[in-house]
Amino acid sequence: MADRRTWGLLAEFENPATLLHAAERARDAGYKNFETWTPFPIHGMDRAMGLKGSKVGWIVLGGGLTGLAGALLLQWWTSAVAYPMVIGGKPYFAWEWATPVTFELSILLSAFGAVFGMFALNRLPRPYHPLDRIPRFRKVTDDAFFLTIEATDPKFAQAREFLEQAGGRNITEVPA
Amino acid sequence: MAATAHNRATIPAQADAGAANGVFKIGLGLGVVGLAGVGGAFAVDHKQAYFSWLTAFAFYTTIALGGLFFTMLHHLVRATWSTPLRRAAENLAANLPLMAVLFIPIVIGMHDLYHWSHAEAVEGDPILKGKAGYLSPTFWIVRAVIYLAVWNVLAWFFRRTSLRQDETGDVGLTFKMRKMAPAGVLAFALTISFAGFDWLMSLNPHWFSTIFGVYVFAGATMSMFAVLALTALWLTNRGGLGNSLTIDNVHDVGKLMFGFIVFWTYIAFSQYYLIWYGNIPEETVWYKVRLENGWQWYSRLLAVGHFALPFWVLMSRHAKRNRLVLGITAVWLLVMHFLDHYLLVSPTLHDHGPHPATLWMDAAAMLGIGGLFVAFYARRFTKAAALPARDPQLAAALEYDNA
Repeated sequence: MADRRTWGLLAEFENPATLLHAAERARDAGYKNFETWTPFPIHGMDRAMGLKGSKVGWIVLGGGLTGLAGALLLQWWTSAVAYPMVIGGKPYFAWEWATPVTFELSILLSAFGAVFGMFALNRLPRPYHPLDRIPRFRKVTDDAFFLTIEATDPKFAQAREFLEQAGGRNITEVPA
Repeated sequence: MAATAHNRATIPAQADAGAANGVFKIGLGLGVVGLAGVGGAFAVDHKQAYFSWLTAFAFYTTIALGGLFFTMLHHLVRATWSTPLRRAAENLAANLPLMAVLFIPIVIGMHDLYHWSHAEAVEGDPILKGKAGYLSPTFWIVRAVIYLAVWNVLAWFFRRTSLRQDETGDVGLTFKMRKMAPAGVLAFALTISFAGFDWLMSLNPHWFSTIFGVYVFAGATMSMFAVLALTALWLTNRGGLGNSLTIDNVHDVGKLMFGFIVFWTYIAFSQYYLIWYGNIPEETVWYKVRLENGWQWYSRLLAVGHFALPFWVLMSRHAKRNRLVLGITAVWLLVMHFLDHYLLVSPTLHDHGPHPATLWMDAAAMLGIGGLFVAFYARRFTKAAALPARDPQLAAALEYDNA
C-alpha cells in the first residue's frame, strides 16, 4: 500500500441546494482544486465555486484572426503576386471577391478554436478518470450530486473534516 | 390562482410614471419643434422636404416593425428569457398607428418622390412600361393600405391580449398569442419586404434587388434591439425597475444587437457582392451613384460605423454588460440606422453628389417624427405595467442568469 496514491476525496450531497451551499463553503474556505458533479447544470454554481470566466474566447479570437489574415494573404499572394490572371474582367485582387473566403476561413478557424480550445482547456479526450472506479459515482448521470476535493489542493489535509462539516455523506477516498 | 397573485405581489412591474411622463413631455416638445422645422423645409424646398420626410418615416417605421417582429418571435418560439422585454417591444409596435398617420404626406408627395408615378415618364420608357402593372399609383396606395392595416391589426392584437393577461393572469391568453404568431410572422415577412420594395427600392424604378426586403428587415431588427437596450437601461435606472430587470436581461439584448449587426452586414454585403460580380449596368447603377462624387465617403462611413466599429466594441461580454458602453453603442447604431436610410433615399435626389446643405431638413424630420415617436412610446409606460406582470413565464425569465 505504500505506493498507492490518492486522487482525492468524494462526498455526496442530498440535493442541488446543499451542493451549492457546500461549493460556496469550499470556495470561502480557500479550496482551489475542487469540482462539483451533477446530472444537470445548476444555476449560480459558477459563482458559488468562484470560477473565473473561460479563456476559450481568446483562443476563438486567435483562430478567427489567423483565418482572416491567412485567407487574405493566400488570396492576394496567389492571385496578384504568384500567378496573376484576369478572370471575368475583375482586378487581380479586390476585397469584394476576397471577402467570402476570408469570412468563411475566419469562421472555420474560430470554430476550430472554440471546439479544440475547449477540448484542450478541459484536457479532453480523457478515456480514463479515477472517479470511474467508484461504482456509486455512476448515479451522477441520474440523481446524485457530488463534490470532490483533489489531493493536489494545498488544504487537502483538512478536506475530510471540511466535507463532513459541510454535510457531505459517504465520504470516500478516490485512488489515483 | 394563488401563485399568480403571489407573483404579482413580489415582482415590481410598474415603471416610474413620473419619469416616463417626463420623457413624454420632452419628446412632445422636441416633436413640435421638429415639425415646425419640417414646415419651414416645405416652404423652402418641398421636393427635398418630402425626401427628408420619407427618410425619417422609414427610420422610425422600421423600428416599430422591429418591435412587432420581436413580440411575435417571442410567441413563435415560446421563448422564456424575453418575457420581461416583450412589453417594451409591444409598446414600440403600438406606434404603428402613428406611423400610418405620418404616411399621409408620402401619399401626397408621391409625384415628387417616385419617378414612376408620372404617366408621361412611363410612356417613353420601355422598362417602366414593363413594370407599370405593379408600379401604378392606385395599386401602390392599395398595397400601402394593406401593409399598414396588417401591421396595425397584429400590433393591436398582441398588445391588447398581453394587457388583458395583466388583469386576469389567464394562461390561456399565452396560448392564444402563440397560435396567432406563425401567421403573423408570415404576414410580417411579406409585408415588410414589399413595403421596402414599394417605398424605398422604387425610388429608383429601373433598379431591383430581390434581397432588398431582407436588408430592410435586418436594419429594422438591429435598430429595434438598440431601442430595446436603451429602454432596458432606462427601466433599470430612472424607470425604477432595477429590482426586477437585471444586467443579465440587458446583456441578452446586447447579444442580439451584436448578432444583428453581423446579420445586417451579411445581407448588405450579399446584395453588393452579387451586383459587383455580375457587373451589369442596370444593376450597378444604384451602387455607382453611391460610390462616386462624394457619396463614397458616406458609404464607407456606413461600412465602418454600421459594422466594423460596433462589431469590435460589442464583441466582449464586458462591453455588453457595461451600461455606459452598451448605451453609447446603441445610440451610435441608431445614428448609423439613420445614415443607412439617408443613403437609401437621398442619392436618388442628389445623384451628382451629396448635398449637406439640406441636412437640416432631414434633421427636422427626424426630430419631428422622432419626438412624437418617443413621446407616445414613453406614455405607454405610464398607462400599463412595463413588464408583462402576470405572464406565467415572467418569474422564470427574471431569475435567468448569464453566469
